[in-house]
Amino acid sequence: MDLLSDPDNLDLYLTGFSWILRLTGAGALGALVLGVILAGFRVSPIPVLRGFGAAWVNIFRNTPLTLIIFFCYFGLFSTLGLSLAEEIDVNNFWLGVIGLSVYTAAFVCEAIRSGINTVPAGQAEAARAIGLSFFQVLRMIVLPQAGRAVIAPLGSIFIALAKNSTIVGTIGLAESSNAMKTLINDYGSQTILIFLIFAGTFAAVLIPTGYLFGWLANRLAVKR
Amino acid sequence: MRVSRMAAVATAAVMALSVAACGGGEDAGSGGGGSGDGVIGKAASGKLIIGVKSDQPGLGLQTGTTYEGFDIEVGKIVAKGLGLDPAKVEWKTTVSANREPFIEQGQVDLVIATYTINDDRKKKVAFAGPYYVAGQDLLVKTDSTITGPEGLDGKKVCSVAGSTPAKRIKEEYPKVALQEFDSYSKCVTALGGGQVDAVTTDDIILAGYAAQAEYAGKFKVVGKPFSSEPYGIGLKKTDTAGCTKINEILKAAVDDGTYKAAWDATLGKGGTPAPTFDASKLSNCPA
Repeated sequence: MDLLSDPDNLDLYLTGFSWILRLTGAGALGALVLGVILAGFRVSPIPVLRGFGAAWVNIFRNTPLTLIIFFCYFGLFSTLGLSLAEEIDVNNFWLGVIGLSVYTAAFVCEAIRSGINTVPAGQAEAARAIGLSFFQVLRMIVLPQAGRAVIAPLGSIFIALAKNSTIVGTIGLAESSNAMKTLINDYGSQTILIFLIFAGTFAAVLIPTGYLFGWLANRLAVKR
Repeated sequence: MRVSRMAAVATAAVMALSVAACGGGEDAGSGGGGSGDGVIGKAASGKLIIGVKSDQPGLGLQTGTTYEGFDIEVGKIVAKGLGLDPAKVEWKTTVSANREPFIEQGQVDLVIATYTINDDRKKKVAFAGPYYVAGQDLLVKTDSTITGPEGLDGKKVCSVAGSTPAKRIKEEYPKVALQEFDSYSKCVTALGGGQVDAVTTDDIILAGYAAQAEYAGKFKVVGKPFSSEPYGIGLKKTDTAGCTKINEILKAAVDDGTYKAAWDATLGKGGTPAPTFDASKLSNCPA
């Protein structure tokens, strides 16, 4: 069958990108939650928490993602027996989400922390002066402003995350880079076309995403 | 920010590479059947580059700077047959995805790398051989009760992502839970750890793993091949003279026993007898 007309190939392509979307979505959510908590740790008055946050950022930001994903399979699952689902695909998906989340959280944390630095110190001082606790200051005064200041960098991080999710293919999830390998193996004479289709799909989805984040950043930024 | 900038540089690099690949592909047609460009001419000029696998024990395995295995021995036989000292052969690691481009761009003169002959590949390269006919089989733990692909329903089977064996399992045995990795050694690790029940690919590759010292006695090849994978020697599509010559070399190597010696020194170490070689099945080189 021909590369473009075989329905199996279309199926492979669509399944691949649907896994990418799910990995990106779940990974972004996990990274955002973890990243905000870590940013809170890094600016907290408790030295142990600050140390923990700094260690997390430095360890995961400087470890290749491939290694982290591999650790999730061969460390968490194989050796430690952390099984997240009966089905192989679903299990690999969640292992991948863990890996992507802990890695991306390090970058999200640093972005949020830079956002926190844009909030004038006077605001936090004023909030403390009216009797708010550290947690209340962070939640009600600082983070809402910090978050809006870093929408553009967060967008870049999530775009990188979408591309990084292809690495989960190395532990066997049938995501898009995996689908691309399958097609190249079957249609060795059309590798360039296959490459262009997959690269083109990523670009077609991610370039508008970049503009969306840019637009959001403009609209939501706190004008000072 | 740092991530996205690095990703942008990487994307640019990939683009540049792919453009280079396009450019390289075009001169494939201009090679002509002359001996100057073909492997015969290359060998006569005293240098031959052969693309081989570097991660398949028994077949093509890189240890330090040297390569060893059955594919390597076949490469030495071919080099000798072309009148070149096998020590002058330059070995180059190829992976499945880059074999056709490497041949077309002239980065290698020959590819001997568990390279299954099929119609789509023939559009880009010519095949001499087959020098061996493999079949897809299963590697299981010694005490496993799996006796063939029929007993695999609901079992976890490992193969390499995007490979032909993985595809065959998906299509013909849809009830099998397929775990895919980017290399067979990871599959074998997972088999050892009990995360999968079997590893599947060509029997010859599995035999190589089963024969590795570190796994001695732990695994067995089921021995019920359920496909036919004729391994060929890839070379430029236009190199008819070279292709015909290599077929002659292979036939001669079987007749004088060097083929069997090559087998016995590598995959045959575990006691597997040398395969019967059917010279009548040698491919027709493109006219």
